[in-house]
Amino acid sequence: MELVFALAIGTLTSTGIYLMLRARTFPVVLGLTLLSYGVNLFLFSTGRLVRDGQPIIGGADIYSDPLPQALVLTAIVIGFAMTAFLVTLALRSHADTGVDHVDGAEQSSTTKESSGREEADQ
Amino acid sequence: MSLALVVMLPFMGAVIAPQFAQAGRTAIAIASSVPSLVALMTLFPYWERLAGGNAVIQHVEWLPQIGLSLSFRLDGLALLFALLILVIGILIILYARYYLKKHENVGKFYSLLLLFQGAMLGIVLSNNLLLMLVFWELTSVVSFLLISFWNHKQDARRGARMALAITGGGGLALMAGVLLIGQIVGSYELEVVLAAGDQIRAHALYPITLALILVGAFTKSAQFPFHFWLPHAMQAPTPVSAYLHSATMVKAGIFLMARLYPALAGTEQWFYMVSFTGMITLLIGAYVAMFKHDLKGLLAHSTVSHLGLITLLFGMGTKLAAVAAVFHVVNHATFKASLFMAAGIIDHETGTRDMRRINGLWRYMPHTATLAMVAAASMAGVPLLNGFISKEMFFAEALELNLPGIWAYLPPLVATLAGIFAVAYSARFIHDVFFNGQPKNLPVFPPHEPPRYMKIPVEILVFACLAVGMFPAFSVGPLLFIAASATLGGEVPDYTLAVAHGFNLPLLMSFAAFSGGLVMYSQRQRFFDFHERFKEIDEKAVFESVVTWVGNLSERVTNKLENGSLQRYALLLFLTAFTVTLWPLTELGFSIGSNELSPVDYPSALGALVLIGAAIGTVVMHRQRLTSLILLSVVGLLVAVAFATFSAPDLALTQLSVEVVTIILLVLSLFYLPAQTPVETTAFTRWRDVGIALAAGIGMTLVTLALLTRPFSSISEFFLENSKPGGGGTNVVNVILVDFRGFDTLGEITVLAIAALGIYSMMKYTKLQAPATDRLGNPWSKDPHPTMLMQISRPLLPLALMVSVFIFLRGHNLPGGGFIAGLITAVALISQYIASGVDWSEQRVKTPYQIVVALGVAIATLTGVGSYAFGYPFLTSWFTYASLPVIGKFELATAMIFDLGVYLTVVGATLLALTSLGKLSDPSTKVSASHNEGGV
Repeated sequence: MELVFALAIGTLTSTGIYLMLRARTFPVVLGLTLLSYGVNLFLFSTGRLVRDGQPIIGGADIYSDPLPQALVLTAIVIGFAMTAFLVTLALRSHADTGVDHVDGAEQSSTTKESSGREEADQ
Repeated sequence: MSLALVVMLPFMGAVIAPQFAQAGRTAIAIASSVPSLVALMTLFPYWERLAGGNAVIQHVEWLPQIGLSLSFRLDGLALLFALLILVIGILIILYARYYLKKHENVGKFYSLLLLFQGAMLGIVLSNNLLLMLVFWELTSVVSFLLISFWNHKQDARRGARMALAITGGGGLALMAGVLLIGQIVGSYELEVVLAAGDQIRAHALYPITLALILVGAFTKSAQFPFHFWLPHAMQAPTPVSAYLHSATMVKAGIFLMARLYPALAGTEQWFYMVSFTGMITLLIGAYVAMFKHDLKGLLAHSTVSHLGLITLLFGMGTKLAAVAAVFHVVNHATFKASLFMAAGIIDHETGTRDMRRINGLWRYMPHTATLAMVAAASMAGVPLLNGFISKEMFFAEALELNLPGIWAYLPPLVATLAGIFAVAYSARFIHDVFFNGQPKNLPVFPPHEPPRYMKIPVEILVFACLAVGMFPAFSVGPLLFIAASATLGGEVPDYTLAVAHGFNLPLLMSFAAFSGGLVMYSQRQRFFDFHERFKEIDEKAVFESVVTWVGNLSERVTNKLENGSLQRYALLLFLTAFTVTLWPLTELGFSIGSNELSPVDYPSALGALVLIGAAIGTVVMHRQRLTSLILLSVVGLLVAVAFATFSAPDLALTQLSVEVVTIILLVLSLFYLPAQTPVETTAFTRWRDVGIALAAGIGMTLVTLALLTRPFSSISEFFLENSKPGGGGTNVVNVILVDFRGFDTLGEITVLAIAALGIYSMMKYTKLQAPATDRLGNPWSKDPHPTMLMQISRPLLPLALMVSVFIFLRGHNLPGGGFIAGLITAVALISQYIASGVDWSEQRVKTPYQIVVALGVAIATLTGVGSYAFGYPFLTSWFTYASLPVIGKFELATAMIFDLGVYLTVVGATLLALTSLGKLSDPSTKVSASHNEGGV
């Protein structure tokens, strides 16, 4: 199970980073969300994978580690705030510059030469 | 703190003196000389104590944490330099009164001059090396300002920049060296450092420390290969050249060597670095001086040469040589300052400094000529003048230097050769300027004697040359003795200051220098022709090109790294993070630990597979934004399932509700953003990014695996044990959040509040054009608020609110709490916005959400502060049990009030963020397409 869990975290990291390296704001937001899933799962896993337990006194025979859970709980909420802020930044940048490119301007030369390749990329 | 006063006086003068600028040059000159006079009077009473061989140390703590103190030290060496600075300072002030023209900015000039005087006094009187560094840098800065005093001249600006670059760079090296000394010795106080000489010399860092300090000293004192800045500093007004660039500032490096002599000298490294640098500088300066047609150029190179001589003397390492070095500092200051002043007078009266034009001035200004000739004779080392005595000592020491084998001839030879050059250029200064025919097309003709008072400073200095030259023991003996004793750290060798020591080898060397120098001067045309053959290097051009090259290089590097593209920065960020973490991780090893892997069950494997697939799908479909968003929500839901599977019910609940809010938010933003992402990058870029992403992903997988398969011990035992008895709750996660780590939570909800307010303020005045149709060109639905949705959502609200109250109340003991309850409330309210529109909802929710946010943070904070009232630290919780009919026994805890604050902040922040986005559309589009009220 540990291997599967680690692979899931690795996939979330990879996909998150790849999207964060994209040129448009929306994929970057998606990438950040994926990356925070990965990070949250990783932080959570520092308490090890416990089955059929609870971090609740008297709730179960096995206790799962409550500390990483408390940290991740706030991390999830803060992560939402960060995503919301990033989305707002993206919208504001779109409103101010008219494009949704992260650099605030289209890279005119590359747009032209790549337009023909659009099919190939899909 | 009278020593501190001595240092502060000129600084005060620098502020006050310019106020007298309006009253004329005489008034400001008098005002400017007051600090020097007062300082001299303050120092006078110390003579008795210093003559007894004691040092005066005055100490006030400033920043003891870094070893910086306001501590000042007056001993023989400091006194000697302080007297030079103060006495020559007064003379320069008087001289400058007549040198400066009426229309020039005398206020600025005198202010800077006094600033320099204070900084220089600070260097020589500091007992703390860090304090000295501050003054050291200050002299470099003021020197820069004074060289560029005539800042309309390009040469002056360039010369100033060069001087600042060289001396400032040296200052950095010196700082590093001083910090190393501090590391070795453990203190920056001079008395400690000087006493720790053996410790410093034995330390492994000694060579580098010495080299750094010497770079500082050599740059300041214009030693080869840093000497070239000094001749270019001659663009300064002549009083500045006389004061800073011959008598005092360039001696700061020499002073440093003398000051740290007991701590650093006496090793082979010292000997070779210092003496050979001095030797090369001595020769180069003397040689080049010979060929300079500019009067000040000649004097500048001669200064370089004499500084080399003093450095060489210090480098020799014998005590007698150190005495000679200190002595020559005084002698050089007197004759060179007077020569500069004379050169300034000649420049003033003839309008040029070119020795090919100014000839035969004897006829026009015999008084000045006499003074200049005496000073120049001292520079050449003519007997009965002070230059002669120290030069004899120098020759004697050069002979004493026992280098192995044939090298033993080197120092005396170099000394004699430099002596020959010195005689030749001094002869040129006298003969070319005052004799040798008639002046040729002088800009000012006929030249005449300067104002009476302009000559007085020169006269005083020339008188000093004569007095020291004829009665050395009487005039300068006692001062030299205590200065030498302070330099050497106590023991002064036997030496006699006498006009002549009988017929000996040094005298013979002097004789050789004289005859050789005069012959060389008489045959000067041949030497000039010889010198002409070599292309002269224009240091200024070389320096400028180096500066330009460095500037261009850094600009190229900056442009390469920083091209304004955030996309690129993100790439660099990930690459850096990857590189930085890779190294320590490889040391740890990615190996699988000792714990056995737990078995995989089919539902979990399926869930993981779907999660991985959905994540990859999000990337593959990312150009179709809505599709990839749907896939993303699948990932989020599966993350929540994962939390639930691995015994984290609170996390599962939080993730679930955050997921809903996040997806609504992203869908909302998609309304304004393009629906598709164009292809902009090349295949190479994409594969490069895939490579980076894969590398990071593989790394994370290995790290996670390595982590999960290792045994661990957690501090969580503490929380599990104390949750119930200490925090009064059985849900340990919630007790940690609101009690054990309540302060963290308070910080986190504050961040949440700030983010929400940031979103609100960023969106408040932003207007985005909402598209009139969807991306396929279809018009929006005419019914933005479908009746069914509206009807279902309305009864849902009280139900959802009830659930959130339930979740909130049970949070302390069972999964739930403020965060989750807040998110559930937020989702319930948002559904009303979606179903019934912003206007409808805002008519019913009158409280602005920013108030809710503020209220939440305030409640949480006040709960924390409340514990002060009972004499407990911030955020101490209290709880008891109460019982009510029907409900039974339940718990009351202050942590619950805190959780209420969390709840309100989460509700407020979430809704503030979403409604800010929902209200983005320009109102004008509302009429044509009223869909924007719900946003979605």
